[in-house]
Amino acid sequence: MSLIELQRDLRNWLIREDRWAARRLGDDSAPGLRVYLNNYRGQLVACLEDSFARTRDWLGDAAFRQAVIAHIERVPPSSWTLDAYSRDFPATLALLYPDDPEVAELAWIDCALGEAFVGPDAPAADAAMLGDVDWDSATLQFTPTLDVGELSTNAPAIWSALAVGDVPPAAEPLPETGAILVWRQEQISRFRAIDQVERQALLAARGGLSFAAMCDEIVAALGQERGIAFAGQLLGQWLADGLITRIEERSVSI
Amino acid sequence: MIAPFAGFGLGLRKPHYAEFLDHRVAVDFVEVISENFMIDGGRPRQILRDVRARYPVALHGVSMSIGSADGLDGAYLARLRALIDEIDPLFVSDHLSWTRIEGFSSHDLLPLPYTREALDLVCANIDRAQEALGRAMLIENPSTYIDFAPADMTEWQFLDAMCARTGCGLLLDVNNVFVSASNHGFDPIAYLDGVAHDRVRQIHLAGHSMGEDLLIDTHDRPVPGSVWDLYAHVLPLLGPVATMIERDDDIPPLADLLGELAVARTIGRRHLRRAA
Repeated sequence: MSLIELQRDLRNWLIREDRWAARRLGDDSAPGLRVYLNNYRGQLVACLEDSFARTRDWLGDAAFRQAVIAHIERVPPSSWTLDAYSRDFPATLALLYPDDPEVAELAWIDCALGEAFVGPDAPAADAAMLGDVDWDSATLQFTPTLDVGELSTNAPAIWSALAVGDVPPAAEPLPETGAILVWRQEQISRFRAIDQVERQALLAARGGLSFAAMCDEIVAALGQERGIAFAGQLLGQWLADGLITRIEERSVSI
Repeated sequence: MIAPFAGFGLGLRKPHYAEFLDHRVAVDFVEVISENFMIDGGRPRQILRDVRARYPVALHGVSMSIGSADGLDGAYLARLRALIDEIDPLFVSDHLSWTRIEGFSSHDLLPLPYTREALDLVCANIDRAQEALGRAMLIENPSTYIDFAPADMTEWQFLDAMCARTGCGLLLDVNNVFVSASNHGFDPIAYLDGVAHDRVRQIHLAGHSMGEDLLIDTHDRPVPGSVWDLYAHVLPLLGPVATMIERDDDIPPLADLLGELAVARTIGRRHLRRAA
């Protein structure tokens, strides 16, 4: 047997307990194969338990363990880092709990907080420099740890209650689809639920739209007076949250 | 050849971060799992920088997959190189094993057959890794639970040939020798007498557990007497070497591990007195 055939057989044993592969690896290999299978599954279980603590609190140990087993059968790990193995777990939960969308949303929050924790370092912009900015041409640069997710339930409130050991609220759908921000401020991962107006403004600004053009869009959505006030509030909130790392002024070419 | 470093160290684990940072812990170096710090930024990376400012650091990897039949992962090597450039580690090591094949990653150290085909492949991969990392590596002997037959050579002959062809050094895990010897029925003394002594730059000491049928390299208990005996046997055969206690599960207070390290120091001093 060539080396690559041997490695394929061992992989197939780990992924799906392929008994033909096990037989090809030798009659005496059964006890050792059980050790490797146990180690392989144990690593993945530990990774998901560590990464999805609040999701586990919500589901309970038995249901969480069933979901983990389903995920390990559905998604073999592909990256050199176990951190990457967490990324697909919310999708597995969405399949397992189609009528309980808060489960996948809780998992998304757990996962995004973990990713933000080890994301790139980028110091937040100093609010003191705002006075010199030419806002007609200014664009906002956001922290690279920022992630934006869709939200259909009160999962952030459930997550927050579980995190401090409180009795969580019952899962409830939101009146209209919302969104959630996850980012790291200094060394601490944070999240905040937002509405669709803030979501659209933030995605547009992060996509390179100037602050002035972003204000125009908010004014179009909310009206002149309320729109301008809301844009100002957003800028203040984003600065206070440490979401903005730089404000760039582009020269306007005519 | 990798420059030798004589000293005694511990694996840096989360429950002990504060003690290593707030006090001067009596170790000559610490070892970290490379992959835990091959991240973009955040607190873990800052902790490593702070620890490095106080102690020499060895980088010990578990996912290079030096035995992969389909070669190494270039992105992995680039990340490890960036960490090496920042940390300037004492040693960079990984295992004689494989974890990745055709897009699958096992996250467990899987065994290789000790054949000429495997030797050629491992040497080619080590050559590529050492070129990408800009330095020679240490390769650790694994604990194994399957003995692929027929083999062209013993594990220690495989390691000897690998070192000769690639210029890499050895991280000799004495517990792994004991575990594999017990599981496969070879003499651990013959292994330790036969291994390329002049290539050994670091030693791992750890504990193991009895599984259903085989000894398992669990790193969840103190170093047992059987492993201390093997350490005392091999130490006089080696040149200057860095010794480390590995503990990854059921991690005790730091004082307990420093107590175990004191045993290693005592054995080391005894050997030095005899040598003088």
